Amino acid sequence: MKLPSFWGGIHPPQKKDATADKKIERYLPKGELVFPMAQNLGVPCQPVVKKGDRVLMGQKLGDSEAFVSAPVLSSVSGTVKDIALRMTSAGIYEDCVIVENDNLYEKDPSWAPIENYAEADPKEYLKRIREAGIVGFGGATFPTAVKLSPPPDRVIRWLIVNGVECEPYINCDNRLMLEEPEKIAEGLSLLLRLFPEAQGVIGIENNKPYAIKTMQSVIAERGDSGISVVPLEVKYPQGAEKMLIEAVTKQEYIVTALPADVGCIILNVRTVHQIREAIAAGEPALTRIITVTGEAVAEPKNLLVPLGTSMREMIEFCGGFKEQPVKIISGGPMMGVSLRSIDIPVVKSTSGILALTASVAHLAPESACIRCGRCIEGCPMGLMPSVLNPLVLMRDYKGFEETGGMNCIECGSCSYVCPANRHLTQSFRDGKSTVMAMRRKAAVK
Amino acid sequence: MERLLAVSSSPHIHAPQDTRTIMAWVLAALAPAGLAGIYFFGFRAAAVMAVCIASCKISEYVWQKLAKQAITVGDLSAAVTGLLLAYNLPPTIPFWMAAVGSVFAIIVVKQFFGGIGCNIVNPALAGRAFMISSWPVPMTLWTLDGVSGATPLAMIKAGSMDNLPGLYDLFIGHVGGCIGETSAAALLLGFAILLYKGIISWHIPTVYIATVAVLTAIMGRPAGPLYEIMAGGLFLGAIFMATDYTTSPMTKKGQVIFALGCGILTSLIRTFGGYPEGVSYSILIMNLTVPLIDKFTKPRIFGEVKKHG
Repeated sequence: MKLPSFWGGIHPPQKKDATADKKIERYLPKGELVFPMAQNLGVPCQPVVKKGDRVLMGQKLGDSEAFVSAPVLSSVSGTVKDIALRMTSAGIYEDCVIVENDNLYEKDPSWAPIENYAEADPKEYLKRIREAGIVGFGGATFPTAVKLSPPPDRVIRWLIVNGVECEPYINCDNRLMLEEPEKIAEGLSLLLRLFPEAQGVIGIENNKPYAIKTMQSVIAERGDSGISVVPLEVKYPQGAEKMLIEAVTKQEYIVTALPADVGCIILNVRTVHQIREAIAAGEPALTRIITVTGEAVAEPKNLLVPLGTSMREMIEFCGGFKEQPVKIISGGPMMGVSLRSIDIPVVKSTSGILALTASVAHLAPESACIRCGRCIEGCPMGLMPSVLNPLVLMRDYKGFEETGGMNCIECGSCSYVCPANRHLTQSFRDGKSTVMAMRRKAAVK
Repeated sequence: MERLLAVSSSPHIHAPQDTRTIMAWVLAALAPAGLAGIYFFGFRAAAVMAVCIASCKISEYVWQKLAKQAITVGDLSAAVTGLLLAYNLPPTIPFWMAAVGSVFAIIVVKQFFGGIGCNIVNPALAGRAFMISSWPVPMTLWTLDGVSGATPLAMIKAGSMDNLPGLYDLFIGHVGGCIGETSAAALLLGFAILLYKGIISWHIPTVYIATVAVLTAIMGRPAGPLYEIMAGGLFLGAIFMATDYTTSPMTKKGQVIFALGCGILTSLIRTFGGYPEGVSYSILIMNLTVPLIDKFTKPRIFGEVKKHG
């Protein structure tokens, strides 16, 4: 039987073996912790502490009045050493609060489980989710409380938990489903109280059979009737929001629409897990599970680390490099961001740290398009990358828009398969941001 | 001192196939047909291949040097053009003619239009068409086992059905014809290699050959559809020439339309045309329709109801 999936897509090598069986290890940072104020999609935070302040674990370091935002909390107890510019994974210097760890891990006493949480007013959950600093841990970092507050005229019929993890190398979601499946299931059943007409679906790529089995048996044990586990075809980018919705609900939606317009809300497994922790255990979003791997890393591991920890420390904890890395990536190899330095902090969007050797990292030059059509077959959005690429290069942004360029989800499938090694995805990023800038300019006039 | 890290836009990994490996696999898939050609037509066939490949590579190199362009001879596409042209020539062709045809294919048909990926018709086929109109006699001089004779399709055209070689000879390639076109068996082996390595999909060759089989049967061609598809350059054309990336549509739907057109034209030329064979011209004509086909066979954008464009 063919498993549910989507049109197009590619099959990159999985490379998950190095960390698939490695238990999540807790890592406690040695050095100072750096908290960038911009850790969520939307409005960045402003510091609410001053240099020299003593902060507790779980205490707010930054917050914003804006609706689309989530506070940044201190993951340790200690002293605010400085508020300064530090390099982040984007390769730029951003406002950060720097905390000197006192190694006491003294928790802010205001954090406690919601009383009688299973029967509490679900609106309380939303407040708690925001205060706990929870954002989409899949990588997009959209504030979760906002996502869970769709327009009132939208009926949510599917609450989909994204356990696809289609990025090669990465295993953090896989491990979480294996090690703490009860918490994910409980988180989902709590959230379903917000949407009485919704069914809960946990979508998992079929290359994680143990995760599928574990989640299924936990749900059966708990007797969650409105929740099902859906194994999905192993194909990249199965975990992309649009592709997952298509696979689960057989619905498509246009570029300007949102999942809620087709009755869906999608949350990453770690997000749902963290929601459960915030509501039922009074644990805000202070940590992140990160797969540290890649051909250059001596001992690949899955680590649970406090946010703000230096990536260098984590790599050293994994035995350092056994080979010279040429590229270090925050996230997966398909959509991750390549880093200029490893002296940068772990943030809410860091799902992996990947050190690639020269033989793996693809650094070949571009050559001419041979019109082979592989990019068209690979594009899950039904675009023609080989047609769009020259439009951007010729700066025909109008043509780029008319040919559907704004639909690109930047999954990287086209660039991955291109035999001429054309920098297709990169050019579409350029095209999209230029069109967006032009639109903003036109709106001002 | 730590080494500087490479920073670039994602994705950071890449599929193993690049242009050069694709072309290398095309050459590998062409090898069985070439060996069959050498077996049936002797070592002169090998010499013609060598002349064509060398002429193509040298002319591409010289052109790019003179035009101060990046040298791309290493991508092996010129070698593929050269080998395909050789496969479309009689084994007795004078070497200098083969060399001139190669230069025409690379310089006029490929480089004048912008080089790899930009030519509008198949360079090898256009080179062959140029040679047929320039030297009609040497280009249609067929010898087999040292004896001059007609190709099976020419015999059908002339109505001399009695001398027609048997189906087995046709299948293994023991008939008069161009160097690389006669052995259906060797060409099918090449097809299997291309499919296995994912270089091409089944669409163009299968639809093209099936269309010819059906149409020639309907038109009542005397030798029958099985004979018809194995005779002449249909297998070579359908498997290796019509599937040229640059000069065929980019979507599967477009490729089916393109192959249907090739099949219809080939059947019409064979039945009603002045030439006994029609594969080269069918593909060349259909090459010119590719921009139009591409325009009307765009895939549907995710979430959109109507086609864009």
